[in-house]
Amino acid sequence: MTNQAGRFGVHGGQYVPEILMNTLNELERAYNHYKNDPQFQRELTNLLQEYGGRPSRLYLAQKLTKKLGGAKIYLKREDLNHTGSHKINNVLGQALLAKKMGKGRLIAETGAGQHGVATATAAALMDMECVIFMGEEDTRRQALNVYKMRLLGAKVIPVREGTATLKDAVSQAMGEWVSRIDDTHYCLGSAVGPHPFPAMVRDFQAVISREIREQIIEKEGRLPDAVIACVGGGSNAIGSFYHFIEDREVALIGCEAAGRGVDTLETAATVNTGRLGIFHGMKSYFCQDGYGQIAPVYSISAGLDYPGVGPEHAHLYDLGRAKYVPITDDEAVEAFEVLSREEGIIPAIESSHAIAYGMRLAPQMGQDQIIVITLSGRGDKDCAAIARYRGEDIYE
Amino acid sequence: MSKIQGAFQNGKALMPFLTCGDPDLGTTAQLVRAMAEHGADLIELGIPFSDPTAVSPPIQEANLRALAGGVTTDSVLHLVRTLRQDVDIPLVFTTYANVVFSYGTERFLSACAEIGVDGLSLTDVPYEEREDFLPLCRQYGVDLIATVAPTSGSRVAAIAKEGSGFLYIISGPGRDGADGGIRNDIAALAAQAKANAAIPCVVSCGVSTPEQVAAVARHGDGMAVGSVIVKLVAEYGREAVRPVADYVRKMKQSLEGL
Repeated sequence: MTNQAGRFGVHGGQYVPEILMNTLNELERAYNHYKNDPQFQRELTNLLQEYGGRPSRLYLAQKLTKKLGGAKIYLKREDLNHTGSHKINNVLGQALLAKKMGKGRLIAETGAGQHGVATATAAALMDMECVIFMGEEDTRRQALNVYKMRLLGAKVIPVREGTATLKDAVSQAMGEWVSRIDDTHYCLGSAVGPHPFPAMVRDFQAVISREIREQIIEKEGRLPDAVIACVGGGSNAIGSFYHFIEDREVALIGCEAAGRGVDTLETAATVNTGRLGIFHGMKSYFCQDGYGQIAPVYSISAGLDYPGVGPEHAHLYDLGRAKYVPITDDEAVEAFEVLSREEGIIPAIESSHAIAYGMRLAPQMGQDQIIVITLSGRGDKDCAAIARYRGEDIYE
Repeated sequence: MSKIQGAFQNGKALMPFLTCGDPDLGTTAQLVRAMAEHGADLIELGIPFSDPTAVSPPIQEANLRALAGGVTTDSVLHLVRTLRQDVDIPLVFTTYANVVFSYGTERFLSACAEIGVDGLSLTDVPYEEREDFLPLCRQYGVDLIATVAPTSGSRVAAIAKEGSGFLYIISGPGRDGADGGIRNDIAALAAQAKANAAIPCVVSCGVSTPEQVAAVARHGDGMAVGSVIVKLVAEYGREAVRPVADYVRKMKQSLEGL
C-alpha cells in the first residue's frame, strides 16, 4: 500500500533522502498543531493585515472589459501586497511557524526573486538569519531583486549548477537544509516539494480564494464563472482555486509558461508537455526526457521557469477539475503591455500569462459572465527585460 | 542469504562507488574490473541523474559529466551485462527514483535480474515511500537497500528490521559525507542499527585516509567509499584506473584485521 501522507490522488508524497525525513515529520507535526491554534492564526492574520496589507482588492477592470467586449474581468490585486506579490502570504506563515519551532535561520530558493525578497523581508521583520539560493542566470535577469534581498540583510548565493535557474536553486536549498537542519527552516516558496509543503503552502495561499469568494459575492452576489491564475510550481494558482474546488460551476484555469511554444524544447509548460515522474520530493508531472532526466526548461518569466508542477494541480488536472493552458512569451508580453496601457497596472510577467488567457477567453463569453484573474505580482522588476525583448536597452 | 550478504563473509567488506560513464563507459568498465581485482567486495554503481541532490559536490559533478557524455540507463545496463562476463562480486545500482520510475520500474528490475545486478539503492526513496519499488524488487530478487542517518532517531529500528541485502548507515550531509570529517555520532547510530538489523551494516561517512577508515569501519560490517574515488576519476580521467586500484588496495588493507 502506497504511503498516503500528503497524497493528492497518485501525486505528492515524500520522496526525500532519509536524512530529511524526521525534519519533515517535525515540520508536519508543528504545522498540524499551529494551523489549529487560534493564537497562531490570530498572529498570522494580524501580520497579513497590518504588515502585508491584506485583504488585497478585487478590482473591476472596466476599460479592459470594455475593450474585449465579453465577460466582466476582475483582477485580484496580489500585486498590491507588501513586497509586491502573493509570495508574502506564504512567507509570513512559514516564518512565524519557524519562529515557533525555535529555528532562527530561514533559507529559500527564488526564481524571479519575489519569493527571495519576501523571505528576506520576513527574516528582517522577525530577526532571523536569511540565505537565498538563486540561479545565476536569474540573478542577471533580476538584478534589482538581488540588491533588495541584500539590502534587507539576506545573503544571496548564486547557483551555477545545471541550468542555473529555479530548479537548481531548489536543489541547492534542499542540500543546504540537509546539512543544517538543527537551526534552519527551508521556506519553500511554491506548492511543490515533499509533504507537508504542498498542503502547507496551499493553506497559506488559500487566503486569496477566501477573499475572492467574499468580495465577489459582495460585489456581484454570485460566484465567478472562471478563475484564472498563472502556474509555475503553482502557489498563487492553488491559493486562487482552493475555495472554489467544490463549486463545479466555477471553471479553474491555470496558465503555464509555454516559452517559445509547446512544440519547441524551449518551454516550461509542465502539464502540457511533461509526464508523470518523481522529483524534488514529490510525484507529479515533470518536463523530462525519455530516461527521466529533468529537462532544462525555458520561459521569459523566471518565476514560471520550473520543470514541475505542484501535486495538487496534477491531481486537479487528472480529475478534469482544472485545466491548464500554455501561454507563449509573445502572448505574455503583449498582455503585459495591454494591461499597462488599458488599466495603468504593470503586471508581473508571470501574472501576464494569466492576463493573456483572460484576454483570449473574455470575448468568447457573455457580458453577464464574470472572470477573476489573479494578478499575482507587480511588473516593475520586469520592465528592463521586456524593453530588451522589444529591442530597447534601458538602464535599470 | 542473498548474494550481497555473501560479500560480508570474509571480514569487513569494502564497497567502492563509481558514477557510470564518468569520464566514459569504457573507463568505468576498466575501473570496475580493477576495483574487483584489488579488494572490493561489492561495488556501488551510480546511474547518473540530471539533478543529484543530497550528494557531495564531486559526485554531483560526476553525474553531470557522465550525462554530458551521452550516458543513458540503457547504456549503463549494457555495460553491466558486458561486465558480468568476468566480474563476479555483487553489484548494486545507486540512483534516483525518477531514473527507475521513468524507465518503468518493472522493466528496470527485470533487466537488473537478467543481467545480474544484486541490489538497488534509491537516494530519494525513504522507508515511507518504499512500496513504489519494494514489491517488484522482491519479485525480481533485487535487494532494495535501506538507509539510516544520524537524524533517523526513532525510525532506525523499523528501517533496520525490514532492510534487505545490507543496511546503509550514513553520516554527514547526504549519502556520502562531503565535510570530510568523522561524525562522532556514528558509533551510537551503528550500535542501534546493528541491534535491529539481521543484515550486514555498511557505514559511509566521507572518510578518506586509511586511519579514518579503520576508526569508522569497526562500527560496521563494511565500509563505503565514494567521494574520494570520484575525485580521483575527476582528476585522472581515462588514466584513473591505476590510482583508483592503488587506493582500493590500500583501503582493503586497512580493513583487514579489524
